[in-house]
Amino acid sequence: MFTPWSALAGGSLIGLAASVLLMANGRVAGISGMLGGIVVPARGEVAWRAVFLVGLLLGGLVMTWLWPGQVGSSPRPLPLVAVAGLLVGVGTRLGNGCTSGHGVCGIARRSPRSLVATVVFMATGAIAVWAMRSLGSVT
Amino acid sequence: MNERRFAAAALLSGVLFGAGLVVSGMVQPTKVIRFLDFTGDWDPSLALVMGAALFVHVLAQVVLRGRSAPWLAPRFVLPARRDIDGKLIVGAALFGVGWGVGGLCPGPALVASAHLATDALVFSLAMAAGMLLVGRLESRSALLGGS
Repeated sequence: MFTPWSALAGGSLIGLAASVLLMANGRVAGISGMLGGIVVPARGEVAWRAVFLVGLLLGGLVMTWLWPGQVGSSPRPLPLVAVAGLLVGVGTRLGNGCTSGHGVCGIARRSPRSLVATVVFMATGAIAVWAMRSLGSVT
Repeated sequence: MNERRFAAAALLSGVLFGAGLVVSGMVQPTKVIRFLDFTGDWDPSLALVMGAALFVHVLAQVVLRGRSAPWLAPRFVLPARRDIDGKLIVGAALFGVGWGVGGLCPGPALVASAHLATDALVFSLAMAAGMLLVGRLESRSALLGGS
């Protein structure tokens, strides 16, 4: 179902969040880097990342409480979800970014790396969805 | 640098981000999958999510133009690389596959994990494991003098 208004509102909030982090803290709001910098600790940059992620979880919880039904589950069986998670972990680490880091922050900075990365992950994402659908997985 | 203000800003940013993810529909894997389903039953909503986020964030970049430092820290800490290498492409490709298969990317996975949803927890643990794995390989190759 096409939901333009919540999409625009949510996207604006995400953009605002990234803007706050950049203007105030001088950092990039890339969630894979945020988590990655804690999982593989980046000296001196762990504490604020942990605070950010606490905020992420809090903001998500509060908003879900205010607007239930905006959170859903993956339609895939758990083993496949695990594989998907592994691919996302490996891929975002290798590629130094994800939808927020590259797709929003990187492109806003006109980074050629981020533009290329975004095109690539959109493309392989589309191919993966098509492949799953061809294999009979319907959402 | 005022540590407390720095932390407060990071917290605010996180809260806005988490709220934004929920509002946007990014924490609905089926919606993500339908966005990536260009040749099928396409839901373009997430294109608007990214568009709006970019629009707002580009405005912030304009406001920041010419500034040598952010408001609460002595300097910007931004990715400096501009080159496009194999690691970037392979990484992005793998991430895309994982995103398309699972319907989750890092932010939404963490948000959903806060609800203790089994699929999100499994995804997030596997994601952390993947990051750790690459991190280990990176440090090992650095020790061996590789790149």
